[in-house]
Amino acid sequence: MSVATETRPEGPTHTATVRNWKAPIGFGVGALVALLVFALGSPAQTAVFRISNDSDRFRLADVALPATAVGWFTAVALTLIAVYAFLQVRNGRKVARWIPIVYGALFMIGFLTWVVGSANTPSISLAGLIAGSVTLAIPLIFGSLSGVLCERVGVVNIAIEGQLLSGAFAAAVAASISGNAYVGLIAAAFAGTLVSVVLAVFSIKYYVNQIIVGVVLNVLVSGLTGFLASTLLSRDSATFNSPPSLPVISIPFLSDLPIIGGILFRQSIVGYLMYVAVIVIYVGLFHTKWGLRVRAVGEHPQAADTMGIKVNSTRFWNVLLGGAVAGFGGAFFTLVSVSSFSRDMTAGAGYIALAALIFGRWNPIGAFFAALLFGFFTNLQYVLSIVGTSVPSQFMAMLPYIVTILAVAGLVGRSRPPAASGTPYMKE
Amino acid sequence: MSSQLQQGDSSRSVLHRIMGGSTLVAVLAVVLSIVLGGILIAVTDDRVAETSAYFFSRPGDMLTAAWEAASGAYIALFQGAIFNPRADTVAQAIRPLTETLTVATPLILAGLGVAIAFRTGLFNIGAQGQIILGATFAAWVGFTLELPPGLHLLIAVVAGFIGGALWGFIPGILKARTGAHEVIVTIMLNYVAVYLVAYLLFTPGFQNPGSSNPISPRLDDSALYPLLLGSGYRLHLGFLVAIAATIGVWWLLNRSTTGFELRAVGANPNAARTAGISVTKGYVVVMMIAGGLAGLAGVAQVAGTEKVLTGGIAASFGFDAITVALLGRSHPWGVFFAGLLFGAFRAGGVQMQTQTGTPIDIVLVVQSLIVLFIAAPPLVKAIFRIDQKKKKKTTKPDQSSEDITTTTAAGGVA
Amino acid sequence: MLLELQGITKKFGTLVANDSIDLVVKPGEVHCLLGENGAGKSTLMNVLYGLYEPTDGEILLDGKSVTFKGPGDAMAAGIGMVHQHFMLIPVFTVAENVALGDEFTRAGGLLDLEKTRAKIRDISDRYGFDVDPDALIEDLPVGVQQRVEIIKALVRNASVLILDEPTAVLTPQETDELIDIIGQLKAAGTAIVFISHKLREVRAVSDVITVIRRGAVVGSVDPSTSTTELANMMVGRQVSLSLNKAPANPGERTFQVRNLTVLSPTGQRLVDDVTFDIAEGEILAVAGVQGNGQTELTEAILGLQDHASGSIKLKGTELIGLKAKDVIRHGVGFVPEDRKVDGLVGTFSVAENLILNWYNEPPFAKGLAMKPSVVMANAKAKIDEYDVRTQSADSAVGTLSGGNQQKVVLARELSRPLNLFIASQPTRGVDVGSIEFLHKRIVQERDGGTPVMIVSTELDEISELADRIAVLHRGKLMGVVPGNTTRDVLGLMMAGMTADEALGQSAEEKQ
Repeated sequence: MSVATETRPEGPTHTATVRNWKAPIGFGVGALVALLVFALGSPAQTAVFRISNDSDRFRLADVALPATAVGWFTAVALTLIAVYAFLQVRNGRKVARWIPIVYGALFMIGFLTWVVGSANTPSISLAGLIAGSVTLAIPLIFGSLSGVLCERVGVVNIAIEGQLLSGAFAAAVAASISGNAYVGLIAAAFAGTLVSVVLAVFSIKYYVNQIIVGVVLNVLVSGLTGFLASTLLSRDSATFNSPPSLPVISIPFLSDLPIIGGILFRQSIVGYLMYVAVIVIYVGLFHTKWGLRVRAVGEHPQAADTMGIKVNSTRFWNVLLGGAVAGFGGAFFTLVSVSSFSRDMTAGAGYIALAALIFGRWNPIGAFFAALLFGFFTNLQYVLSIVGTSVPSQFMAMLPYIVTILAVAGLVGRSRPPAASGTPYMKE
Repeated sequence: MSSQLQQGDSSRSVLHRIMGGSTLVAVLAVVLSIVLGGILIAVTDDRVAETSAYFFSRPGDMLTAAWEAASGAYIALFQGAIFNPRADTVAQAIRPLTETLTVATPLILAGLGVAIAFRTGLFNIGAQGQIILGATFAAWVGFTLELPPGLHLLIAVVAGFIGGALWGFIPGILKARTGAHEVIVTIMLNYVAVYLVAYLLFTPGFQNPGSSNPISPRLDDSALYPLLLGSGYRLHLGFLVAIAATIGVWWLLNRSTTGFELRAVGANPNAARTAGISVTKGYVVVMMIAGGLAGLAGVAQVAGTEKVLTGGIAASFGFDAITVALLGRSHPWGVFFAGLLFGAFRAGGVQMQTQTGTPIDIVLVVQSLIVLFIAAPPLVKAIFRIDQKKKKKTTKPDQSSEDITTTTAAGGVA
Repeated sequence: MLLELQGITKKFGTLVANDSIDLVVKPGEVHCLLGENGAGKSTLMNVLYGLYEPTDGEILLDGKSVTFKGPGDAMAAGIGMVHQHFMLIPVFTVAENVALGDEFTRAGGLLDLEKTRAKIRDISDRYGFDVDPDALIEDLPVGVQQRVEIIKALVRNASVLILDEPTAVLTPQETDELIDIIGQLKAAGTAIVFISHKLREVRAVSDVITVIRRGAVVGSVDPSTSTTELANMMVGRQVSLSLNKAPANPGERTFQVRNLTVLSPTGQRLVDDVTFDIAEGEILAVAGVQGNGQTELTEAILGLQDHASGSIKLKGTELIGLKAKDVIRHGVGFVPEDRKVDGLVGTFSVAENLILNWYNEPPFAKGLAMKPSVVMANAKAKIDEYDVRTQSADSAVGTLSGGNQQKVVLARELSRPLNLFIASQPTRGVDVGSIEFLHKRIVQERDGGTPVMIVSTELDEISELADRIAVLHRGKLMGVVPGNTTRDVLGLMMAGMTADEALGQSAEEKQ
């Protein structure tokens, strides 16, 4: 009985003719920018990127890029890619997946060379830039992992900001009272979970729209922590708001490696936890029984239900787990970054984490790199203000948000959220 | 079959539930939130902390202290929001009320913007950015152009509307053309707006000459909203604009063909499309109206109360507007009164902070609790032990709109 | 395993979906549950499968009372179910779907899909399913997806298999293959509950037929019971299966479709080079298995499909390129196939729904302003004319019964002068009383001289209404045949034969 073969759709002969012009248009615009800014507007300087610090045990030579040459090179290369993509689409073919990556890398090189080359002191430390980016990205990564855990199971988490802020607050208070930073870290996870409990109860049990709960929770946490900060904390800041910092743990030898030493092997416990969390959540989601069930619930809760999976309790526990993860990220603010809590100190990091999650396509690894990229932009803004640049810092600060808008609009890659994300599951 | 239908309809039915829940629940939610806020005030009070040390020997002291802390704060809040009985003159005594109306003005306008988008099925989280853009446009007209009084103000108001509409247009068109989720886009645009105005306030055309602070020149008098009650009060013409906008939005939603289209798109985009109503156009139109209304809130700020453009011009009105729209159940008059309530909280909160030292953040707490409780009527009913069992056991069909949405969703079984 | 249901009652609020139902299913037996849409068959099976908790009654397995807290319990007890809407996750592979809920794991909770794949191959070979464990569900045709559902049940050693309307999405040929599979399973001792409202296939496949009407059992009968008798049991009164309609009096062919092709956003041909005409005063019925391009065909005419090419002319006006609004203004009335999704706004009042696509035309609106009093007067008139049972014109349309909702749609579409009337599944989920009424109104519209196009997946309805029949298969037009063409021929055409081939083969078989 060869029944199946008869009913197969005829496949490729029927496809195509519907073309998606987003990619070539996006590439074209980028190439134009490169031509006008990087090439025609190129400074007559050489941009120097220092790989190693003077204090490093292993030294690598600096990279010096002549701004004009690199500007023209990237402009031409980007134009060629845009033309190639245009031809591909016109011939009804899809643009290969590696193309946007190469394009993005080239664009970054062109941009960096131009921006550093235009600075008063055209020389920056690449190692410092990248290490700083990772540091700035740590809370973002925890935040977006929280988002991944929640959205993969079908609950939109707008409350990342609230989770981070509550984590920062709890970490500061608990670490101050106990005098132990690690107690603060655990308290932060609890606080993040607490925010998640509210999110879970309202959205899963009472079917309140998840976006509404998230938005309102952020206001609630902001108000609550702000209130307590100006009552309890300000009244006796020695007791409540002087947390000890988490120490940086350097791994001998490895931490001396150029560039990656600082990134991977010279971190506080929160930094190491971040790497562990990314890997564990990635493997968990895509290679375990738990992950299969979680994704099923997020894609098609009814199907999961019919297979005997408890949809709402799966959602509930996952949202709680997400809160704990975000709590760790919150601890970073008061136990690593600065050593006291101040009102609204997360300053929108939760929303950037949300952006990273989307830009990273609901994947822990993707979210990791997206958060890293956003951390990079933020850090670049600081670094550039030191070397003196003509690019207004506000535009650098805007970039993560603009990139995210382009991403959700499908102009940069394609994002497809879990199908049931945002919809409560009601039986009967 | 039934649960599949439910799933598709659920987010919508929840919205309807928020809009259609009973008034009793709303009142109880407000009471509950105020009580919880009071407990928070009491718990963090100094006197309460002192008296709690000897709670077991003299419990009365602590309870009295707790009551005094909470009631003291709320009385101060009331006096700061409505009526000050200790004032020397009547004019002084009603001053708080006019403050409430002044603060409520941008809340109502931005709240209408969020509400009208809700009714079209869109979550406009972007009122904050839209207010900033509206304020920026209006301010520029106000301090740059030289026009006769009246016309100058009119142009500034129109410019503010356009500025907000522009910031609403972006998520609208992206939603319509690419399906980009408006929640994400509007959140991101809020930040873009913040950095944009921060940048502008350091550029020559916007920064006050001679100042190194990020602050614009003062708007010309001809571009300012006239004060309604003379110079003793801050209440300005913008409040009447808010009333007019409320009436306008009501008419638009309930009596115009555009409103019919928007409501249809919000309630069932598929049916709207089949009926020849352009869903994508609806998204763009409503986001521009919503942005424009939020832009008017920006005008109220910049041409009414602040008179200069600063980075903090929108305060947190854009986020408060979401709670206002939710509390008002996305009905224009509901939004109007919710705006008055939250305006009172805010105006009174300032007074409370100076008088009793209770931080104004408590207002945020109470405000967000109210919205959470309103969104979950079963929780409120459970807390107040409103008997639901009776309802379940009777065989009469439930009449409340809340139940209609759930039975409609389950209607697939029939 | 012997399955018994005793006195199962299920209420949803005030609605009694199942009223004290008794049922006995024996091993190796195919037990059909026959009933109209909405009779309560699916509800009963969801109770049995642990998805709903029964309000009252008992489930017995081999004489022992059991309670299912959820589908997990039901599966553990050996009950499997193939839902009408497949419960498959489109972005998962076959193996992942089959593994879900019953996963094999290695150390540390890591998934071991290899064991699942082996099981799938094993079952696939035994029953000749030909299913690739690593294919993504969204890439598979529905027939194969259904087999994946059956595999899911078999992997879990189901001894009772519930098939809920399994043929709704299949061609007659695929249906035959399914019946074949059912035979094999039955031989292996599986008890099968087969849910359907199609008399013909129920008689072909079952050992016992239990008829359900309005949530209660009407009786159990032999498969040899005549179709008419089964129909009577199903609907509860003598129904004349033929509508008394006068012969058509076709006029000018004012509606012409030429080489119409509709592409999906990913480029698949959903409607493939279709050409036909409809004359004034004639009903053309479009037959075909669900999902063979009917929806896209009607939507293309309405201007709701983005990638349509070819020509659609109505009284000389080209409709392709026009927006839905303009197509409606050219006098096209349209009853969409799913009224709840496309035809009505559930939370809007009856009055508003009655002007849903006419709200901005006089007399209902003048400029931007609508006229509530005119809207209300119109609603009252239509409610009377079409006998819509509603509390008031202000009631939300979602609170009405299916039949009354459909009357609202029909009242709206037929209340203006039409140049073309299209109705998709005009009587789906509608009670019998309303069906007759709706059919009469449609024929009345034809007799008034309007070209009428009916799309239906029910051959009974097609035969009843059609003056001519067009058959679609995978978006291609297999031919247009007279209204009295036999079911055999239509079936062959629905399976992909052209009209000539089908007529030839049918004649051959008769000899």
